[in-house]
Amino acid sequence: MYPSMLRTAGDWFADFEQLQDRIDELLSGRSMTSSIRAVGRAGAFPALNVGTSADALEIYAFAPGIDPKSIDVSVEKGILAISGERNAANGSAPGAKSSERNVYASERFAGKFRRVIALPEDAEPSRVEATYRNGVLKVVVPKRESSKPRQIPVSSDR
Amino acid sequence: MQPQVNTAAPSQPLQHAQGGNPRTGPSLLPAVDIVEDAGGITLVADLPGVAREELAIGVDGRSLTIEAPVKLGESSALMSVYAEVRANHFRRSFELSSDLDTAKIDAGLRDGVLTLRIPKAEQAKPRRIDVRVE
Repeated sequence: MYPSMLRTAGDWFADFEQLQDRIDELLSGRSMTSSIRAVGRAGAFPALNVGTSADALEIYAFAPGIDPKSIDVSVEKGILAISGERNAANGSAPGAKSSERNVYASERFAGKFRRVIALPEDAEPSRVEATYRNGVLKVVVPKRESSKPRQIPVSSDR
Repeated sequence: MQPQVNTAAPSQPLQHAQGGNPRTGPSLLPAVDIVEDAGGITLVADLPGVAREELAIGVDGRSLTIEAPVKLGESSALMSVYAEVRANHFRRSFELSSDLDTAKIDAGLRDGVLTLRIPKAEQAKPRRIDVRVE
């Protein structure tokens, strides 16, 4: 009798479910296709963000409180690995005895870490650069010249 | 080492936050360690990508709020392909008890790690009470 109205109601629920799925995806960090060798793990340390531009692949590792000299960045067979160790912060006034301390929260990561990323085919691993600033390690992997987008001029025969 | 309290508008890093006002959009909860000793409480928070001059630590009554934008310094032509950090600012609040001296909070930020020292008010520090022998 009111097909348009019924359809609207159905669509509305379908839309809502779709939205719910999307939210779940986003929260779980499983929304994007990942490489077989570098599947995202929620809560892994350090958290990684990867961005790409025409010239390079940029990897940001959120690794605060680490001596830059102790971070090991290596590339082998197209796999970029970031590893190191973060010591547990003693987080107390010097000289305080452990028996006089109460620990209310211990959420920060401590220990050894290692994360790997499979580099794309067009990456140029021989010119990888890494910088550490404000607790974020930035790794820049340039792309091969041949894979960069180029403008091909169109010549005219006339 | 003293971070300033300011309200500078942060810019958007890596397009992982879907537009909107950074102050009202999704925020990241920094991981913290909280340890109490006889002299006060030490709070250590992970704030990667936060510059000292943009870190805001506010005390309002008994509430302590840590807020800061995350800036990666990425080029504007960068397109996000994978992101585990999906918001562009940190925010976390704590309720302080009355035995803490909020006027004497000391803060230091180094390599993206904030260390806050909140001393106890003088009268709240543990004292040894001598028992007189009658």
